[in-house]
Amino acid sequence: MRLDLVPRIRRSAVLDILAPALAFVAAVMVGGVAVAALGVSPGAAFVTYFVTPLSDVWSLQEIALKAAPLALIATGLAFCYRADLWNIGAEGQFVVGGLAGGWVGVATHGSGGSVWILPAMLAAGALAGAAYALIPAVLKVRLGVSEILTSLMLVYVAQLLLDYMVRGPLRDPAGYNFPQSVGFEAAARLPYLMEGETLHAGVLIALAAVGLGTFVLARTLFGFEVRLVGASPRAARFAGFSDARLTLAVFAISGGAAGLAGIVEVAGRIGQLQPEISPGYGFTAIIVAFLGRLSPPGILVAALVIALTTIGGEGAQIDLKLPLDLTRAFQGLLLGLVLGADVFARYHVRLVPGGPVSRTAP
Amino acid sequence: MRGRSMRLGGAVLGAMVAVGPVLTGQALAADKLKVGFVYVGPVADFGYSYQHDLSRKALAAAMPDAVETTFLENVPEADSERSIEKLARSGAGLIFTTSFGFMEPTLKVARKFPKVKFAHATGYKRSDNVATYSARFYEGRYVCGKIAGKLSKSGTVGYIASFPIPEVVSGINAFMLGAQAVNPNIKVKIVWVNTWFDPGKEAEAAKALLAQGADILTQHTDSAAPLQEAEKQGKLAFGQSSDQFRFAPKAQLTSITDDWDGYVIAQAKAVRDGTWKSSDTWGGIKDGMVVLAPFTNMPDDVKAMAEETTKAIVDGKVHPFDGPVTKQDGTVAVKQGETAPDPMILGMNWYVKGIDDKLTP
Repeated sequence: MRLDLVPRIRRSAVLDILAPALAFVAAVMVGGVAVAALGVSPGAAFVTYFVTPLSDVWSLQEIALKAAPLALIATGLAFCYRADLWNIGAEGQFVVGGLAGGWVGVATHGSGGSVWILPAMLAAGALAGAAYALIPAVLKVRLGVSEILTSLMLVYVAQLLLDYMVRGPLRDPAGYNFPQSVGFEAAARLPYLMEGETLHAGVLIALAAVGLGTFVLARTLFGFEVRLVGASPRAARFAGFSDARLTLAVFAISGGAAGLAGIVEVAGRIGQLQPEISPGYGFTAIIVAFLGRLSPPGILVAALVIALTTIGGEGAQIDLKLPLDLTRAFQGLLLGLVLGADVFARYHVRLVPGGPVSRTAP
Repeated sequence: MRGRSMRLGGAVLGAMVAVGPVLTGQALAADKLKVGFVYVGPVADFGYSYQHDLSRKALAAAMPDAVETTFLENVPEADSERSIEKLARSGAGLIFTTSFGFMEPTLKVARKFPKVKFAHATGYKRSDNVATYSARFYEGRYVCGKIAGKLSKSGTVGYIASFPIPEVVSGINAFMLGAQAVNPNIKVKIVWVNTWFDPGKEAEAAKALLAQGADILTQHTDSAAPLQEAEKQGKLAFGQSSDQFRFAPKAQLTSITDDWDGYVIAQAKAVRDGTWKSSDTWGGIKDGMVVLAPFTNMPDDVKAMAEETTKAIVDGKVHPFDGPVTKQDGTVAVKQGETAPDPMILGMNWYVKGIDDKLTP
């Protein structure tokens, strides 16, 4: 006897929405068992994780701030992954974007605060991220080098480059030799949207990117090309689409989005260049992209859920003394269960008599 | 909107703290001073964050009826503002932010919460409600340098370093000056691992240094991995931040231990009493902030020398940066008969003569 996965001919819209919702419920239940095993009431933990963060304005702003870079990067990555291309290096493109944009901020420090500084920083960040992502794309197109390896390795190059720059050329001369740049002036900072200096305009950029990504993927010829190449590369070639051109395009898009997210973080929350500007957004965004099933609206929801659990996890550390590892385990569990539930939404499971057989499902 | 949501959050919080007094029947939990700690690493690093957490526990034990402690661990420096503000919002009256990278976020949150007191480790910016504190680790490094200079047979010591900030660079220099005081030809090889805590990377660096002929290791990173590697290969090493003897009973010579207990408890008391003022504290061996773990795995004469040196530093007879101190490029940094002033040590970004490594200009 063996289990066989047979693709569903028609995917059910209800199932598509129900599957991740049920996976979430299952993750909460498993998490509840773990919480109870640690001697804390699962009910109290649920409130701390999922209700308290939604119950005051400050937490809501923090959730939006945390979700914004994730949604922005993941939307870019969706273009790559939809086309069956694997940019694993968004973290590096994020760092390079933050560095290039931040450089503009440092170079214009004390220049009188023109209104063009901030747009120039954002443009520099996006362009640098795109250019950096084109390195693995060109290597793949020209030499057939695996983009998975090169994009990943370039993350470390980017981190060390930033490290070098803030210790050397971009170091604050008045900063006791500590590795950080000058603090940006107001003209080089994203404006705050609400009282209390928390929520900044970066969230609007992320929302715009999600909207634009949705439109391009669903409604344009280019979006069709991306989806077609991913679904059926042979058919795409017959249709006259060029693999090379598409590879370059989706890498530039995902790198540009990651670079923009980098400079948004630097010009938003951080306000200066320092050796570390990302708590791993580029890698977490890969999870977010898949949790959101590579569709920008889904990605927005996934980014908000990850942000909620992160912030709820901090509350759980403070109020319930639950360890951080539990939050991380829960996030991993959630990804595993959502992807697992997706299998059931996309396939029938059948019990077939007989021994093991070569795999037919993709 | 705001009022309503505050009530909602307040009700939830209230329900939680209400459990406390019912169980203990003592003073209301709300009367206690809430003290928060923000750590850059895991509390189980058995090094820097672990040592800070010991002080949190010491505080809780010293003033059980007066304080309630809480902490956030593994807080990335790039994403710390929210974590610090979260502690301030959850009612903390005193918050220790324990890594240099938390400096700007600490100041920003402190501006928003003028009534909350903050103590930031190893930074240099203060405000009315932000104090700073650090330890003169370089004093311990000097003693370690002398021990290494005496004990190294190969004449080469391996140094695993984290980030080239002044605290680390001054430590390397103090170590070298101590070693040169007993062996003018001693060599120090440095590997930068660019992390405070990464047992894998630290162990790799330790292996590389031992393979290059070092027979004693010292480190300015927080895990016990280099010590364990030295133990495995039958070499000697110094512990870091915490007494790591149990990880390497045959290899650890001593360990430069941070002891924040006194400082943490004094700050909490001052906040309780209403006498807290922003201050800058930079304590050394004399103040009990830097403690050398017992001298082990060395002959008696070396032990006696180490104890003498420690005592001389405490008595103020010896300062690791007593002149003459010559820079790598041959220029004199501190003249004969003079001692390096604190600002020079706090901003140190150059090596002393004899160190086989280059710093980014």
